[in-house]
Amino acid sequence: MTPLALVGYYEEWWVQILKAIVIFAVALQLVPVVLMAERKIMGRMQGRYGPNRVGPYGALQPLADILKLLTKEQFRPKTSVGFLFAAAPLISILTAVAAFSIIPFGDVQHIGGERVGLYGVDVSIGPLFLFAFGAIAFYGIMLGGWSSGSKYSFLGAMRGAAQLISYEVSQGLALVGVIMTAQTLSLTGIVEAQKGMWYFIPQLGGFLIFLTASFAETNRAPFDLTEADAELVGGYNTEYGGGRFASYYFAEYLNVLVVSGIVTTVFFGGWLLPFGIHPPGFLDPIVVLFKMSLVTFLFIWVRATLPRLRYDQLMSFGWKVLLPLATLNTLVTAILVVVTH
Amino acid sequence: MSDTPTATLNVTSWSPGEDVIEVQRPPAAGAGRGAWRTFVETARGLKTTFGRIAEGPNTIQYPEEKVPVYPRFRGRHKLHRFEDSGLEKCVGCSLCAAACPADCIRVVAAENTPEDRVSAGERYAAVYEINLSRCIFCGYCEVACPFDAITMGHDYELSDYDRSDLIFTKEMLLAEPLERTPLRNEGE
Repeated sequence: MTPLALVGYYEEWWVQILKAIVIFAVALQLVPVVLMAERKIMGRMQGRYGPNRVGPYGALQPLADILKLLTKEQFRPKTSVGFLFAAAPLISILTAVAAFSIIPFGDVQHIGGERVGLYGVDVSIGPLFLFAFGAIAFYGIMLGGWSSGSKYSFLGAMRGAAQLISYEVSQGLALVGVIMTAQTLSLTGIVEAQKGMWYFIPQLGGFLIFLTASFAETNRAPFDLTEADAELVGGYNTEYGGGRFASYYFAEYLNVLVVSGIVTTVFFGGWLLPFGIHPPGFLDPIVVLFKMSLVTFLFIWVRATLPRLRYDQLMSFGWKVLLPLATLNTLVTAILVVVTH
Repeated sequence: MSDTPTATLNVTSWSPGEDVIEVQRPPAAGAGRGAWRTFVETARGLKTTFGRIAEGPNTIQYPEEKVPVYPRFRGRHKLHRFEDSGLEKCVGCSLCAAACPADCIRVVAAENTPEDRVSAGERYAAVYEINLSRCIFCGYCEVACPFDAITMGHDYELSDYDRSDLIFTKEMLLAEPLERTPLRNEGE
């Protein structure tokens, strides 16, 4: 049987299981932190405190939210399709976690005599893996909205579908420039290739396009049309409540983290530090997490700043502005790569 | 964005009229300038929101912190006594009840007797009730009172679990109010 993809380096099976548990545990802990940070930072930007009643500085607010959601009754509309209605949030969460597995948190380290790569898996098709799961994530939204049997959910899901398809193209094309410059599809390889210069400088256009498209891909402001509350009640998750809603919410924030991780890896040199500083290997994850938190802050900052686009503006921006720019970026990069090599 | 046709739209020839001094026109649309403007305005927006962090929150943490009220703030009513004799100022004339647009004041007057002297006048209010769940805090009762027996206080924390608990009797209105509302001066 031919393998679907080559894997750069892999460990013993038990190391891999251990790694998977660690990464999932870290991701699980990061989501409430992002949730809290978002509410706090947005509060400050809007001249208020944000949640500050539960626990010290309101730090237990996410816990309270999750407890509240999980103890709520599971319900579904009479018109919904039960199986799909239950499966849709699972698809969303599954794809988000799967995408998280390829983010490299560091180089291969020697831990207790074993060589361990500080990432879930180093596939030779990194960005393709990401977009494959991004495409499945869209089923989570689509099925969730459609199987709810509610017109608002359906409209939200349809918008989400159109939006994700439109912006995925630009997002992918924006990464092509980086891949051509690095001459590899492996995310660790891309990080290694940035030893001289982080790619956000030579690929500034690609970076901005990728970032903009990522806002749309994660359904964040100013592209949060899937849940435009003013016109769609709650969008595709209108009919969801309790644990299933929490799953959607979790997946949404995990997607923000995934995109932050990808931006960090692809454009900001992953675990590399500037000015020739080489920290010991065990600090790599901290460097990556720090850079990720900066990108996440940018996400929150933009959400607090920009108003939501109209639907036709979203579409015309995606197809008439972003896609030509991404194509241009790819072409120019291709020419430069051919000329310089 | 940048796809608005400019050639077909001749806005300069249109006159807004004699009484309009200045018309603010939108900036001319164009691909390059439009994109630049989008970029600059987005950056300006980001700067604004970031600057808000430095300014700090404007929130008043309500149950712990309270907004101070002005002296003429119309809160819960107070009934008054004469400070020297301790007699009630209210003579049960019902002018406040007549002035009340919400019809929330009920006064039943009774004659003062030499043995049982309650107010300074001939009569006194045997029953004086204000239904605060109906009161609109207009202050007409205060204006109508010829003896300044009723005034509007500063207390605004009047929520209760039961409507009937919001019917304040004479004893409640006469009692020294809990001064739980901070005060500020005019012009502050």
